[in-house]
Amino acid sequence: MAYHHFVLPFSIGMAALFAILMVKFTIWIVKLESVDKRLIRKNLFSVKTLDAMGEVFMESLLHRKIFRKNPMLGYMHMSLAFGWFLLILFGNFQAQFYTRTMLHPPYFPIFFNFFVTTSEEYLFKASFEFLMDLFLLIVLTGLFIAISKRFYSRIVGLKKTTKLKFFDKLALTSLWFIFPLRLLAESFTSGLYNNGDFLTGSLGSFFARHLMVEKLALPAWWGYSLALGFFFVALPYSRYMHIPAEVLLIFLRKYGVRTRREFTSYSDIEVRSCSRCGICIDACQINNALGINNIQSVYFLRSIRERSVGDEKLFTCMLCGRCENICPVGIQLSDLRMTQRNKNGVQNTSTYDFLVPPKYKVADVLYFAGCMTHLTPAIKKSMLKIFDIAGVNYYFMDSDKEACCGRPLIQSGHYENAAKLMEYNKKLIRQSKAKVLVTSCPICYKTFKEDYKLNIHVMHHTEYILKLVEVGILLLEKGDSKVVYHDPCELGRGLGIYEEPRILLNKVARLLHPDEERENAFCCGGSLGSFNLSTQQRNIIRDDALAKLMKPNPDKLITACPLCKKTFSKGTKVQVLDIAELVAASVIVPEAKKALDMQKHETVLVE
Amino acid sequence: MTKKVAIIGGGIAGMEAASVLSRMDIEVLLIEKRQQLGGHVGEWDHLFPNFRPASEITRSLLNALQNNNIKICANTVVTGIARKAGLFEVKTNQNQNFKVDGILLATGFDLFDAHKKEEYGYGIYENVITSADLEKKLKGGNVLTTASGCVPKRIAMIHCVGSRDEKAGYFHCSRVCCITAVKQAIEIRQKLPNVEIFCFYMDLRMYGKGFEEIYREAQEKWGIQFVRGRLSEAGENIDGGLQIKSEDTLSGRPLKMIVDMIVLMVGMVPAESTSQMAKMLGIHLSGDGFIAHDDVHFGSNITNVPGIFTAGTITSPMTISDTIADARSAALKICEYIA
Amino acid sequence: MKDFGFTITKDRQIDYDQHDHRLLQFVLENEPSFQACISCGGCTATCSAGNLIDFNIRKLNMLLRRGETEGLEKEINKCMLCGKCMLVCPRGINTRNVILKIKEAIQKFR
Repeated sequence: MAYHHFVLPFSIGMAALFAILMVKFTIWIVKLESVDKRLIRKNLFSVKTLDAMGEVFMESLLHRKIFRKNPMLGYMHMSLAFGWFLLILFGNFQAQFYTRTMLHPPYFPIFFNFFVTTSEEYLFKASFEFLMDLFLLIVLTGLFIAISKRFYSRIVGLKKTTKLKFFDKLALTSLWFIFPLRLLAESFTSGLYNNGDFLTGSLGSFFARHLMVEKLALPAWWGYSLALGFFFVALPYSRYMHIPAEVLLIFLRKYGVRTRREFTSYSDIEVRSCSRCGICIDACQINNALGINNIQSVYFLRSIRERSVGDEKLFTCMLCGRCENICPVGIQLSDLRMTQRNKNGVQNTSTYDFLVPPKYKVADVLYFAGCMTHLTPAIKKSMLKIFDIAGVNYYFMDSDKEACCGRPLIQSGHYENAAKLMEYNKKLIRQSKAKVLVTSCPICYKTFKEDYKLNIHVMHHTEYILKLVEVGILLLEKGDSKVVYHDPCELGRGLGIYEEPRILLNKVARLLHPDEERENAFCCGGSLGSFNLSTQQRNIIRDDALAKLMKPNPDKLITACPLCKKTFSKGTKVQVLDIAELVAASVIVPEAKKALDMQKHETVLVE
Repeated sequence: MTKKVAIIGGGIAGMEAASVLSRMDIEVLLIEKRQQLGGHVGEWDHLFPNFRPASEITRSLLNALQNNNIKICANTVVTGIARKAGLFEVKTNQNQNFKVDGILLATGFDLFDAHKKEEYGYGIYENVITSADLEKKLKGGNVLTTASGCVPKRIAMIHCVGSRDEKAGYFHCSRVCCITAVKQAIEIRQKLPNVEIFCFYMDLRMYGKGFEEIYREAQEKWGIQFVRGRLSEAGENIDGGLQIKSEDTLSGRPLKMIVDMIVLMVGMVPAESTSQMAKMLGIHLSGDGFIAHDDVHFGSNITNVPGIFTAGTITSPMTISDTIADARSAALKICEYIA
Repeated sequence: MKDFGFTITKDRQIDYDQHDHRLLQFVLENEPSFQACISCGGCTATCSAGNLIDFNIRKLNMLLRRGETEGLEKEINKCMLCGKCMLVCPRGINTRNVILKIKEAIQKFR
């Protein structure tokens, strides 16, 4: 059997890696919440598993998402991951075709060119030799970019690259050496035996002419094996752990497992899945506008791993979701940050026993303006006008004595406190027997929709107004003002409401488009997610966002959030309006239509 | 050869400076973007602290402008200023081109746009007006009524709207609003003896001559009430009444009140033209957006650009008395410069 | 004697020198904007909780600045963190962070 001592470092490293991974994976899975385990059991033998495999291929190997964001960075990741994968895959095929059996030691395909030096023929020999050289070349080009990125991160279009720790450095250095050493080892051996394809063959004959390849070959193979060994041992303790972790993450996500309020085993897997690509740093407005570049998700996740999460990393973030939107691994970064804000003990013991439900009113539609909307009376007034014109039987739930929806408490980690407010509001909602709950505030909307588990329709007023327009209850007149729409974080990235406001705006105005919109929209800077940004810092973020939003030179800036409206209106001479205000100002009410409308109404509600 | 000065801005600061300079045999170009001279004062009815008609001020300033040395360019906007051989070349939208020895900037202030404090309901609720709106109503001479034509029974005057407010973007105190509120409250009471008036303030800054006296008169003679608390928001009732929320900080309790009318004491903020002008001429602005003086004590009227001077509220909120004094001192500084 | 709770003005002096100021120090260090309060009362006026029950966040903060922390825990628990106070504060105080820091300090120095 083919054997040489130099295969030992590789083999030991490989065995260690598998052992460590087995242990880690087992612990992760065992520690998962029982609900999450149930999800796995339910979905394991379903099409979701195939689905996950597909995604592993697309993301872990091809790195499609990084490609889309940044082709150069995408190529770098793809050439390393997919190139290496092909090397292993085709190396194994090659070994199988050569030995005509499945049984060969694991190191055999890796060091194939060392062991097989005769010109003995096997099926597709020439193709294999060509392909193996080609794949090696692809990996080497990726490696070249990766090394350059370490020194000049601008090459791949990143303003800032991540900082490294010891095991990262060990793994990184080994990784850098693996493929150049493989190239050398294979070339030396090719030079010695006068074989090899376009890369190793030509390099080999070049080396053979100028160097003592017979002396150099074995040390190079040793070096190659050592580099592999070191890499494998360092991997589980380095950033490269993200590769196996991400595979597990993809499967769990496909099975429906999600980040919870508490930090669970799944959160831990997410934290380990971060590839530290640094894309989140470039997406972060706190970096771009304020120049604060140590709190971004990549550093935040690292501080979780190192158990050193400080207030600055934790509470400066606006939870705008821009990093989450762009994260190639799809980590739920905002929710993950909230798991770390989780407060306990005396900080979470509010009773809110002063909340006594007022005399409720039965209505078809409940309107919850939200705390912030009380500071933007124009929005409130417009909504009431729309309800009246449409003849809706509504109840203004928080017209005077209002309880907060609970979302701000959730964002600050006071989950138990939030639950009490939610319980109170739920009671009110249930008593009203309403079929629809309309809110003007995307912050409330998010929590009503996701945390309240209500069995009635929850709508943001954008959706509700559009529905009224679509069934013909509201007639709108198109004006000629030029408007730009700003996507509020919680409404857009938070809940994916992008189309409704745009359809509405196209009916009442000329909609212009800024460069960054929809999922790439900026945060206004007023976010309740951040707890320690100063007003001045918020103003800088706001002005930065405004400058970009105002590029198309609109007459009006339209948004769909009281907080965005309040924030922006202080920073520009251009009129800032909520979409409800613009619609309310564009409504036509022909008296004759009114009776008909009442009938149509039923359909909206019954739906 | 007679020296020539261009004064940009025909409010009271520009007018006073023009008349002083003309009497010193300096030729003056008084450039005003509007048809009328007089600026904000021209739109005011009566003035604190002695309730004298504002028109008296503008009339006497106008009379003083009857001087051959003064050329008034109304409806004129300066489009460019360039320095050429120790002189300034001033270009206007009327295609004029003046060569002058010195420039006096007297373009004044803007009133804070009360729409920006949406929670106070300006532009949303009909019975929320600004101090400037009230002054126009008083000047019109009609009986003060609500939007529906009723005589108001209770009015709230809200101090510091757009002043001392980081959220509105202005830290500074506008200096005149406290005393204006007191003045306007007394005027309303003189016309409508049965109306209740509440002034909501954070601090009362009655610093000028005669101010404290009319504050006291407002309390003693006119029964005006003062609540130490900042208005947080206003809402509208079904019947058009306005509900305001504040804290009565001296009793430590939140306070709710229904009023028929709210008067917002809008502050003085840097004019839009100030930053444009500063950019064009390379003049420094201070953090509050007004034009800066390099020396707080000795530097008044002097900018960092030699030959360019300031008068009046382009540098900071001022009362009329202070503006007139500032304009005179500016005239003196220009004289020294071009002599 | 009946305990009227925290918000009733006690018939005694503020004994500034006898008070424990660690709590205040902690809040000031972590949220310096707390210092800028001018007691305008805007926060209390707009407060969602204060709209429903006797809860005066301005006064609470003022008493804390004088070292009076008795009953603070019970009072501060009424806050719902809705953020309206932050929006109306003319001094740009990070009121929500002040609350978080007070809660943290209570836990720390209890």
